Amino acid sequence: MCSSLATRVAPRRPGASGACSRALAAAFTMGNKQTVFTHEQLEAYQDCTFFTRKEIMRLFYRYQDLAPQLVPLDYTSCPDVKVPYELIGSMPELKDNPFRQRIAQVFSDDGDGHMTLDNFLDMFSVMSEMAPRDLKAYYAFKIYDFNDDGYICAWDLEQTVTKLTRGELSAEEVSLVCEKVLGEADGDHDGRLSLEDFQNMILRAPDFLSTFHIRI
Amino acid sequence: MAQPLPFVLNVPEIPEDHDQEPSPYDESEVHDSFHQLIQEQSQCVAEEGLELQQRGLGAAAPGTSGSGRQALVGPEDAAAHSTATLRILASMPSRTIGRSRGAIISQYYNRTVRLRRRVSRPQLGGVGRSARPSLRLYDLELDPAALEEEEKRSLLVKELQSLTVAQRGHMLKGMPLGLAEKRSLREESRTLTGKHREQRGRRGLFPCCGWLRDTCVLALHGLGLWLLAGLHGLKPWRYALKRIGGQFGSSVLSYFLFLKTLLAFNALLLLPVLAFVVGVQAAFPPPASPGPVPAFTGLELLTGGGRLTHTVMYYGYYSNSTLNPPCVPTSDGGQCGRETDGLPYNMPLAYLFTVGGAFFITCITLVYSMSHSFGESYRVGSTSGVHAITVFCSWDHKVTQRRASRLQHDNIRTHLKELLAEGQLRQGPRSVCGRLRQVAVLGLVWLLCLAITLGCTVAVYAFSELMIQSPVSAEQGGALLALPVVVCLLNLGAPYLYRSLAALERHDSPVLQVYVAVCRNLILKMVILGILCYHWLGRRVGALRDQCWENFVGQELYRLMVLDFIFVLLDTLFGELVWRLISERKLKRKEKPEFDIAGNVLELIYGQTLTWLGVLFAPLLPAVQIIKLVFLFYIKKTSLMANCQAPRRPWLASHMSTVFISLLCFPSFLGAAVFLCYAVWQVKPSSTCGPFRTLDTMYEAGKVWVRRLEKAGPRVSWLPWVHRYLVENTFPVYLVSALLLAVIYLNIQVVKGQRKVICLLREQISNEGEDKIFLINKLHSVYEKKERSRGGRTQEAERLEEDPDAR
Repeated sequence: MCSSLATRVAPRRPGASGACSRALAAAFTMGNKQTVFTHEQLEAYQDCTFFTRKEIMRLFYRYQDLAPQLVPLDYTSCPDVKVPYELIGSMPELKDNPFRQRIAQVFSDDGDGHMTLDNFLDMFSVMSEMAPRDLKAYYAFKIYDFNDDGYICAWDLEQTVTKLTRGELSAEEVSLVCEKVLGEADGDHDGRLSLEDFQNMILRAPDFLSTFHIRI
Repeated sequence: MAQPLPFVLNVPEIPEDHDQEPSPYDESEVHDSFHQLIQEQSQCVAEEGLELQQRGLGAAAPGTSGSGRQALVGPEDAAAHSTATLRILASMPSRTIGRSRGAIISQYYNRTVRLRRRVSRPQLGGVGRSARPSLRLYDLELDPAALEEEEKRSLLVKELQSLTVAQRGHMLKGMPLGLAEKRSLREESRTLTGKHREQRGRRGLFPCCGWLRDTCVLALHGLGLWLLAGLHGLKPWRYALKRIGGQFGSSVLSYFLFLKTLLAFNALLLLPVLAFVVGVQAAFPPPASPGPVPAFTGLELLTGGGRLTHTVMYYGYYSNSTLNPPCVPTSDGGQCGRETDGLPYNMPLAYLFTVGGAFFITCITLVYSMSHSFGESYRVGSTSGVHAITVFCSWDHKVTQRRASRLQHDNIRTHLKELLAEGQLRQGPRSVCGRLRQVAVLGLVWLLCLAITLGCTVAVYAFSELMIQSPVSAEQGGALLALPVVVCLLNLGAPYLYRSLAALERHDSPVLQVYVAVCRNLILKMVILGILCYHWLGRRVGALRDQCWENFVGQELYRLMVLDFIFVLLDTLFGELVWRLISERKLKRKEKPEFDIAGNVLELIYGQTLTWLGVLFAPLLPAVQIIKLVFLFYIKKTSLMANCQAPRRPWLASHMSTVFISLLCFPSFLGAAVFLCYAVWQVKPSSTCGPFRTLDTMYEAGKVWVRRLEKAGPRVSWLPWVHRYLVENTFPVYLVSALLLAVIYLNIQVVKGQRKVICLLREQISNEGEDKIFLINKLHSVYEKKERSRGGRTQEAERLEEDPDAR
């Protein structure tokens, strides 16, 4: 599926400089002169994410740069390409994030962390600053739900706290913290947080919108 | 929103009772729709149902709950309970939200329908018979006719079609579905639009109106997207802000975002002034002033005087008459007519209205952004939950650098430890002696700080009096800088004194420390500015009776701004760079100095106040401020990257942004507005320069114009009427104030009521939770009984098989 069409970009060079030059080329061309997507595809992406045309092109080149041999430069025929999780997790925006594995798993199709371009765009769209609070709260809930059972139980909380503190809190401190969190946020007192409990708690935290935000 | 589920007591007959699905029909109270729910879900959950059991076994810790409540027999005791119970639990509506797309689709269908119902009456003709909801309730989730996911999806698509383009885009973007799913929904809702055009056409009066409206809306949508893309491209400093956020987190980023906001405000202020005042006057320059033009020396950039005095920069340059385009003498040498052609442009009126209008727009924008920010960060009844918020909302995903991320880990760990320690220590009562001592120390420190403020104020006052009395001519450059230097030194030195005094007092919460420091600095700056305003409007006006006092005030403000910038540079240099060098070389510490967010933000607010104070007397001052802010951005960013580290204390970025904007609005803008109103209404303008030189007050220009309008004729007589009865009369002002107070009081009562409702709802949720646990436990016990009885029957059957004779 590798494209051999003559594109308007510079000859491919691996690494950030290659991405830079391609991104610059993309920035200087008007939207409908690029050859990666059809016009309808780009419009669809614009309508379904919070990004503009230029940002979508820039994100595509970032995605392509993760695995230049795997990702074709021509998406008009919607190729089925997945970038493996190891490459996604090594992006500079994610490599120091303790929740990067969960984030990749939540946004990938099969929950294994390997992401298509759609997943990639979706992830950064939800984590951008234009996404509304409800949407972010929904995905944050899924990220913190480590065992994927629809609730954040005490085990999920322990995992979260351990990841947050890099394992430097003692076991009893961790369980104390989890107890306090459940006591504060659990509205129906069933021992775990449902989506509604989580959303109610997020409403009380105005910082959530600014911390649950990745700039790309 | 949900219909209450009816409880029926007559139990329907079950066709069969097979092992795979024991039903709870043995119970006397059974719910009709539970059976439907089980039937619906058992088919699709048959293969997934065991998934819960596997994961449940994998989960380590039991689900604990608070003391005094019923313990939930969790799914982790899976071995003891039947898979049917687990299947039922797995299909609870609250649990399926995360996994089932059907639930999301239903939810968004309901939302879309609610949105559309607000717009127009719903049409039921096109909806299929099997999915026909009742008129009152469009709720798929509770619809007893259990729909397949495909049907739900097609309903959602139909609903999406009937929304406008903007609403559809908004709804699609906010749905928590995958991007591929959203694209297919969008495709389907667009392709069917053409087919339904005729059906929808009957909605308008003319069939073509609908099509025209759709085309217009689509065109506007496209235009809007294009404009948005352009604006995004114009966003300055995107990469720099990303680096700062990545290395230092949201707290330090909030300073730079505030700087960007101030740039926007200054641009908002500058544009009308440039267009209506400066540009026009530059196009029609007044006759040159008598006397030689002074040569340009470098000192003018600092003092604002000399060469710059008679330029568009200051008030004195502007003419007080109507400006006409220069008339071309006719070819036969005749004189120019009085008002031959072109529009006469009344300069005094333009000056007054432009400055007033710009201030009004700034006021509206500020109040709007302040209330928006306040609305985001204040929640009714939101005081508790600090542990939950720390665990879930404190990791800043913007941070991308390894060292900064490690710092964040450390901060969160420290914060959690502090919270735990606080929780345990809360029982320890502080002795009366300790409390008294703390109050005494607090009072002493405050007294000392106020004394320092008073000292600074007296110093500024005395120095200003000295400057008035000593005969210094307006041309002497260096001596003019004395007062601004003194003011800047005091503004710089006093906060260091405050910081060292604050080390004596120990506050319970570090956030309170920041607020107290901000408060003290703010009081100092505002009091000094107040003294300076009195000095200018009270004393200088009298001292410079025959000269252009407005020019002098404008130049003073310019000098203050420039010197403030220079001193901020010096402070950055010495406070950050030199401190880092000293601490690294001499003290051998690896710690870099912290970036003082509050102090820097107050500096920005101070600079902005100076701009607002000076716009009336030096219309180009916002341009100077814009240049200063741009330089400041790059200097602060460089110094930050090289010399500083992020603050250690947890920083409530959202609250602090609200505080900054409120501080910008209340002492800063309000003070400038009061100063402006006093200058316009009460002070006599100088008689030798400026657009108001023949009038008693600047406001009289407006009155003169209204009187001229009265004489002009009956066509515009409503304007003088409005002026006489609504503006000059005080009764409407009292009426409007009384109305506003009443509205505020009503809002306060509404908020109080909402708080009560929130408490009641919380209790209700807790009670519902108890009900749920009770029902689940009952279910478990019913199945247990069933298992035991079935086990007993099989044992009986086996025993009878073995020994058929023993009966």
